Amino acid sequence: MNLTDLKLSPGAWLAPAVDWLNANWHPLFAVISKVIEAMLGGVEAALLWLPFYLMIPLVALLAFLAIGVRAALLAACMLGFCWLSGLWVSSMQTLALVSVSVLISVAIAFPLGVLASRIKRLERALGPLMNVMQTVPPWVYLIPAVMVFSLGKVPAIIATIVYGIPPMLRLTTLAFNQVRKDLLELGSASGASPGTILLKIELPTAMPTLLLGLNQCILLSLAMVVLAGLVGAGGLGAEVTRGLTRMEMGPGLRAGLAIVAVALLLDRLSRGALQRRHRQPEV
Amino acid sequence: MKTTNDTPGDVLVSCQSVWKVFGKRAPEAMRAYLERGLSKSQILQDFGCVVGVSDVSMELRRGEIFCIMGLSGSGKSTLIRLLNRLITPTSGHVRVKGLDLASLEAKALREVRAKHIGMVFQSVALLPHRTVLENAAFGLEVQGVGKAERHKVAEQALTKVGLAEWAGRYPDELSGGMQQRVGLARAITSDPEVILMDEPFSALDPLIRRQLQDEFRQLTKSLGKSAVFITHDLEEAIRIGDRIAIMKDGVIIQEGTAEDIVLNPKDAYVAEFVAGISRLHLVRAHSIMTAVHAWRASRPGAEAESLARVEAQADLDELINLMVGSGSDALAVVQKGAIVGVVTQSDLLRGVQGQAQEVPAVHAAPIGEASL
Repeated sequence: MNLTDLKLSPGAWLAPAVDWLNANWHPLFAVISKVIEAMLGGVEAALLWLPFYLMIPLVALLAFLAIGVRAALLAACMLGFCWLSGLWVSSMQTLALVSVSVLISVAIAFPLGVLASRIKRLERALGPLMNVMQTVPPWVYLIPAVMVFSLGKVPAIIATIVYGIPPMLRLTTLAFNQVRKDLLELGSASGASPGTILLKIELPTAMPTLLLGLNQCILLSLAMVVLAGLVGAGGLGAEVTRGLTRMEMGPGLRAGLAIVAVALLLDRLSRGALQRRHRQPEV
Repeated sequence: MKTTNDTPGDVLVSCQSVWKVFGKRAPEAMRAYLERGLSKSQILQDFGCVVGVSDVSMELRRGEIFCIMGLSGSGKSTLIRLLNRLITPTSGHVRVKGLDLASLEAKALREVRAKHIGMVFQSVALLPHRTVLENAAFGLEVQGVGKAERHKVAEQALTKVGLAEWAGRYPDELSGGMQQRVGLARAITSDPEVILMDEPFSALDPLIRRQLQDEFRQLTKSLGKSAVFITHDLEEAIRIGDRIAIMKDGVIIQEGTAEDIVLNPKDAYVAEFVAGISRLHLVRAHSIMTAVHAWRASRPGAEAESLARVEAQADLDELINLMVGSGSDALAVVQKGAIVGVVTQSDLLRGVQGQAQEVPAVHAAPIGEASL
């Protein structure tokens, strides 16, 4: 036997596995596809329901009420830029993709993160997995996603979810691990049930770190959603891909700047919510 | 919430030979400790277990403040957590108002904690995202009391600790002393009979600490609450406690009134603690006086009736004032109108030093026990 024949090729084992899944679990994937498409369609329709000249003031007003004048101005400018670049529909599509994948990422990562902070063994097991998930180049996720779900928005969302889970999960675990022990003791000593302790002590004190996790999750998901333009996810990613394949500077740059605008918008709004929650006397 | 057929002096919380051994092999370690008499360091070495509390029995009676004094590592914080089962004992029974905590289901245990035992923490443990008022109302919120009602009660509690006008502020806007007052208000808001105080004033500066000690004692007495108070400071224990237990290495080595402990330290360890304590307001005439016949024997012809009189409850400070004022070298101690003994100058000086007279047991019974 020749040494050069020794080759480690996980893909050689994984590809048949994916094929097998495809052949035998197709109905399940079809259902997942349907559900995600429906969600995405709904969010997209909602975002595009109002014309831009109503949508921009509405978002600005909400940002003003929830955070402040500066956030409102920023929101108006960023959305205004998207419209001026002629990318309003693509931007809304991208926002819809990000919203749906963040929603699903959080729905998976949050409970897992809480569990990991409760069960140390789970935390130790998830650690390396998260490392791998974060270091594998995001394109690689697209391959099995496309193999199973074929081209389009669904594989893009699946890959984005996978990419968005680690930051949220990590920061959720951290947030819950950081809750002061004396506050937990206070909960028990006051006769609070575990559920009450979770809702009234752990969640509120963990909130700043949780929102930081959400912020990270949103931004990384946006990056992934744009990349997913490669597999036909549509939105701003599609514009960038078009610019790249045709070697056209103009549209590529415009789409790139629109992505920056969307990123700034999402970042400031989620971070604004984070800073606001401190000191808001409730009556 | 209070049961009606309670007699004064009844036992609210009791421990019967309670043990707490920390570690995975706790039961094994405990057996080895009992049967083979291993030392604590051997237990740690052989089983990897730490003996936190060993064979402690104590009682908290209605209306009293029971201080547990010990240095760090003495097991006092573990002991107080056994009283509301934040820590489950390895063996022994803890009863609260006659209920064995070990026999309670999770829900019943929560009920006992919510309604009958309040707790105040060294770290205060105020929730940073809530206002002072919402913090004070936390216990009632947990019990499902409506917002208007719980805020009303919390406001009353805050008024009792003098923080009514701070209700809308957040904890980090308050000084350490004020924060601990909120902690106390939170504990009394649910109107428990028993309050567990886990070194509540240790982190405060001395002046504020003294002030809070006095306020706490006053408040507890005026509300008719009972308290177990943990401290590492004997002076604090003496200021606050009706009875004091001294803990070392997980064992209560002496228990009694402040006077008891200061005058009759059980061993060198206690004696060392007691050495620095001022006796002036602690030691009373009846515990330093000489019996009348002994006094007469030492100076023939002297008559106790002719001496200036003082009540048996008078403390050293009063005795000194009286003796200096009257110009005589002895005072007659009276109890219920009858002369029960004589305090001479040397008795007084020894009393200040902290050495009890070796006298017949007739009048040596401390007040606390005499009333039982």
